[in-house]
Amino acid sequence: MTSLLALSPLILVCATAIVVMLTIAWRRCYDLTATLTVIGLNLALAAQLVAWWQAPHDVTSLMTVDGLSIFGGVLILVATLACATLGHAYLEGARGPREEYYLLLLCAAAGGIALVSSRHLAALFFGLELLSMPLYGMLAYTYRERGALEAGIKYMVLSAGASAFLLFGMALLYARTGHLDFAGLGGALASAGGDGWLLAGMGMMLIGLGFKLSIVPFHLWTPDVYEGSPAPAATFLASASKVAVLIVLLRLLQSAPAAQDAWFHSLLAVLAFVTMLVGNLLALMQQDLKRLLGYSSIAHFGYLLVALVINDGLAVETAGLYLVTYVVTTLGAFGVVTLLSSPYGGADASRLHHYRGLFWRRPYLTAVLTVMMLSLAGIPFTAGFIGKFYIVAVGVEASRWWLVGAVVAGSAIGLYYYLRVMVTLFLPEPGMQRRDATTDWAQRAGGVVVLALAALVVLLGVYPAPMIEWVRLMATT
Amino acid sequence: MTLVWLILIPFIGGLLCWQAERFGEQPPRWIALGTMLLELALVLGVWWHGDYGLNAVQGASDWVLEWRADWIPRFGIEVHLALDGLSLIMIALTGLLGVLAVVCSWHEISRRIGFFHLNLLWILGGVVGVFLAIDLFLFFFFWEMMLVPMYFLIALWGHSGSTGNTRIQAATKFFIYTQASGLLMLVAILGLVFAHHAATGEYSFSYEALRHTAQNELSPQMAWWLMLGFFIAFAVKMPVVPLHGWLPDAHAQAPTAGSVDLAGILLKTAAYGMLRFALPLFPEASQAFAPIAMGLGILGIFYGAILACGQQDLKRLVAYSSISHMGFVLIGIYSGTELALQGVVVLMVAHAFSASGLFIISGQLYERLHTRDMRLMGGLWGRIKGLPGIALCFVAASMGIPGTANFVGEFLVLFGTFGTWPWVVVVASGGFVLAAIYSLFIMQRVYFGPAKEDTPLGGLDVRETVMMLGLLVLVLWVGLYPGPLLDTSEAAMQNVERIMTLEETPAMPEETP
Repeated sequence: MTSLLALSPLILVCATAIVVMLTIAWRRCYDLTATLTVIGLNLALAAQLVAWWQAPHDVTSLMTVDGLSIFGGVLILVATLACATLGHAYLEGARGPREEYYLLLLCAAAGGIALVSSRHLAALFFGLELLSMPLYGMLAYTYRERGALEAGIKYMVLSAGASAFLLFGMALLYARTGHLDFAGLGGALASAGGDGWLLAGMGMMLIGLGFKLSIVPFHLWTPDVYEGSPAPAATFLASASKVAVLIVLLRLLQSAPAAQDAWFHSLLAVLAFVTMLVGNLLALMQQDLKRLLGYSSIAHFGYLLVALVINDGLAVETAGLYLVTYVVTTLGAFGVVTLLSSPYGGADASRLHHYRGLFWRRPYLTAVLTVMMLSLAGIPFTAGFIGKFYIVAVGVEASRWWLVGAVVAGSAIGLYYYLRVMVTLFLPEPGMQRRDATTDWAQRAGGVVVLALAALVVLLGVYPAPMIEWVRLMATT
Repeated sequence: MTLVWLILIPFIGGLLCWQAERFGEQPPRWIALGTMLLELALVLGVWWHGDYGLNAVQGASDWVLEWRADWIPRFGIEVHLALDGLSLIMIALTGLLGVLAVVCSWHEISRRIGFFHLNLLWILGGVVGVFLAIDLFLFFFFWEMMLVPMYFLIALWGHSGSTGNTRIQAATKFFIYTQASGLLMLVAILGLVFAHHAATGEYSFSYEALRHTAQNELSPQMAWWLMLGFFIAFAVKMPVVPLHGWLPDAHAQAPTAGSVDLAGILLKTAAYGMLRFALPLFPEASQAFAPIAMGLGILGIFYGAILACGQQDLKRLVAYSSISHMGFVLIGIYSGTELALQGVVVLMVAHAFSASGLFIISGQLYERLHTRDMRLMGGLWGRIKGLPGIALCFVAASMGIPGTANFVGEFLVLFGTFGTWPWVVVVASGGFVLAAIYSLFIMQRVYFGPAKEDTPLGGLDVRETVMMLGLLVLVLWVGLYPGPLLDTSEAAMQNVERIMTLEETPAMPEETP
């Protein structure tokens, strides 16, 4: 019974998926489907509280429910809710079946929750695939668009390759140690020392997970997929999917401290260093907001890797906190793109010149995007600043000056393109091609979500104490 | 609570201005003016009631007003505001220049007035925050925050430059320079905090606690590096010469109000930061660094002055002259004697007056001639009533003619430095010759010489006359009777001097009876 209660969020999400599927089979009704999805997700979110009372609790040898998994689950559910709400406005104008989007979304969310609770390589693989498979469909959902189809297929092919690497890595680890659960694996790794096959196995797993996190040099798919896919799907990919994978990576590294042997450790450090700089440098010249956000997310995961590399002291708290600020900010930024592209009619409004002079037409929507850009750049008064503060703090605490230097340099480079986006919003330029949100955007659900996110970003930036306390509570359980 | 209100008033006023735009063009201007007058009145009230003649004998921190509240308990971060003579003078200056900035852009800004005043007031609010914050996290918070509205001010209301520089490039350059150097300061602050954590097991960003750690727990090498982190951040803002690249562009491209704020207040936050944080936190490292800082100061004096001589753009000329003046400030700060430090305070105030005066004059010339290129001016003495005479006074002030505030400041800085660094003073004095040259260039090229046209231009209206004469009175008043200013900052400057010298000669017996 305790196990069922502990897993109740996952069960609720899966049940909602089944209910939604049956509803679609019974009668196609767009609004009903959307409502059911949102109700189910909210119930699951409430059930995280029930799960919290049971934590920490191991459910079979495959999964565990502890602070970290609940933390990840909450972030994933919130992101999924935002994607469902934004998707509702976005898909209103779409031709063809629209209801299946919610089905895919729910399945992906279930995969994400399973992934963050996994404590066994089998559960990890299962969760990862359940997260990725529906994403192929979501990314190519508006398949009449050439970009979307390309994005979906590209992600599918490369993701399959990454999964193969992951499986191969697991097989190698299993062959050498005979363990598949994280704890056993960690113990075996500790006693095995620097065995070549084990290192190869860990390296291959890192490739598989690094692909999902778009860590340089496995990042090549990111900008294309972000650019081509429909905005709500890109939002999910950028927020929930990455959170889930990062948390499982964090759990892996924590349960196998011996995996931090010198060679592997410096490999991670180099990856973090390169990711920060490459992500920021490549973003400099982008003309497409979604592409730019793609490169910026690469850079942000570079910063996050710093916390994983150090994996000591404040590191877990930092990773958690940075994830919160990243998710809220990314949802907000993509939310504005989605609103401007809603209802769906052709390619998304993501070229930068679509945004020229937006301030003079939609001041509040622009204010939201400005806040999000400032937060991504890590300027005070926004949540992003607290995240960046933590990353620098953890680097200084561990005296990793090279990584701190890269964070500082990366942020300085990053400012350039965030500022470019920001100032574009305010420049008046008559005669440019206009894309605009619907006039009543602020009264619609999507608009409310975006405004709430902006308020949250500012609130977390000015008064971060509750967030810090929550993350600490979750990180230490 | 007064201190909190000092910060909140500009922020609230800014929001009101933004929303007032829907009622027409005038309400935002009047609200902005009212806000800044209220701020100024509040500061003057604080000045009037407080006692700043306290002599700091026992503890280093005798704040006249203090306010604290918990903010982020996880790291021992507090909202800790405190005010002493130095910060009071700086805030009063902020209020005054805020009023001037609003008044001088009365006719200049005609587009998106509400949003303009929002940005203007938020800069001022951020600057007041910088001057009041004593918790290092809070200080950094305001330090970085004030850049955003400044960026908008330059990028959206600036002038496009003559040599292909756009205002957006200038604004971006300004932002990246200051933000990147700010992050170095953040690294240094955190280095200090973790050193404190290692020594005591507690996180704290408080000024007193960190100062204690910095002076007792740090290895000299570590102190040197952390001091450098602070110094670079302040040096970029000040600006010290190799790090000055953003300043001429930002000034040339900024609207008049932006230039007034930039030259008058933003540059002063750097000097304030050195006096408040860099020196007291790392006195030994700063002592060791003083020769380099002196060298940079002299370099700045000559570099700024020589480049100022070669400028054709009036605002760029004034911008380079600011670099030159800030060289004197840097020398004064690192000489560490009370006399020189007092001179630094006077010089900061004086430079704020004279540079804003000159920037406002260039703005007024631009409104009449639609150019800032001095090659297109000339012979204006007969064409504009009133303005050339006032300009002459400000040019004289910028040159440091006796009787003006700049003279008092520069004299005190050089006099105070002479005891310890005679050669620096001898070399730096050469800067006066160059100052005379570029100042006379302004007068010669703009107001004298053959006139390009004979049509008279509009003279000063009441708003402009009151503004310029008011500023001029202040320049002369501080120049002739600097007593009140010196009395106010005396205790704070004695503190800084005591910290600097105590470390150097610990065996010196107490002289106080």
